[in-house]
Amino acid sequence: MAEETKAPEQSASSERPRSDGPRPGGDRPRFGGGGGGRGPGGPPREGGGGRKFFRRKKVCKFCVEKIEDINYKDYRTLGQFVAESGKIVPRRLTGVCAPHQHRLSSAIKQARNIALLPFAGRAS
Amino acid sequence: MNRTYELMFIVRPDMTEEDLDKLISTLQSVVPPSGGSVLRVDKMGKRRLAYAVKRFHDGIYVLMVIEGGGPVMHELERRLRVTEPVIKFLTVRTDEELKRLDKIKKLRDAKKKVSAQPAAPAPAAEPAAAPAAAETPATA
Repeated sequence: MAEETKAPEQSASSERPRSDGPRPGGDRPRFGGGGGGRGPGGPPREGGGGRKFFRRKKVCKFCVEKIEDINYKDYRTLGQFVAESGKIVPRRLTGVCAPHQHRLSSAIKQARNIALLPFAGRAS
Repeated sequence: MNRTYELMFIVRPDMTEEDLDKLISTLQSVVPPSGGSVLRVDKMGKRRLAYAVKRFHDGIYVLMVIEGGGPVMHELERRLRVTEPVIKFLTVRTDEELKRLDKIKKLRDAKKKVSAQPAAPAPAAEPAAAPAAAETPATA
């Protein structure tokens, strides 16, 4: 009797992490969906904190290329970190490290003030 | 008194070249009396604005790099505000940033010099490591 009650519990708990992939939430952005699909390949390496969605090890573009001068004037570089709507893209999507993201964010805001980047809408 | 500022302003697109030059020289003449100096003036040309400013969709961008104290920029900005053709301006203080970039550059140059010294043993070690690495995938 004790065994019978244990078995369904075990199968239930083992099923939950397996049902990965497209969640019923539906409106998860493309980046998150890609990470989830790659998940089962990750666990032997990652093994961190029981996360369900793994992301590729994204690297900070500025750290790799050793660009230290993030200026408001080079709107082309800055434009890569701005979404279609004009919003600044969060660093979990772009992989930028924290100090560079701060500088990037200030530079984008300065560029917006001098009409090099839009506040909202497509960058021309 | 060694503050460096970058001043970028946008001028309305229907300005002629000579009017623009006149305007720039007027602004430049404001700087020395207040105790500063103009380091650089860059006319960046006509560009399409990301949004309409005073109902203009294009503008001529000008960049000025100025060295001086606070009062210099005060006076300059006051002038820009009343100047009719100037539709937008932005002042950025850059001396701290330049100091930081300089420091990083010096650090990197110093590292390069240090690593340049043991250059003889380093390349010798690398070819030894490379064939060893090449062998293992070949066998595997």
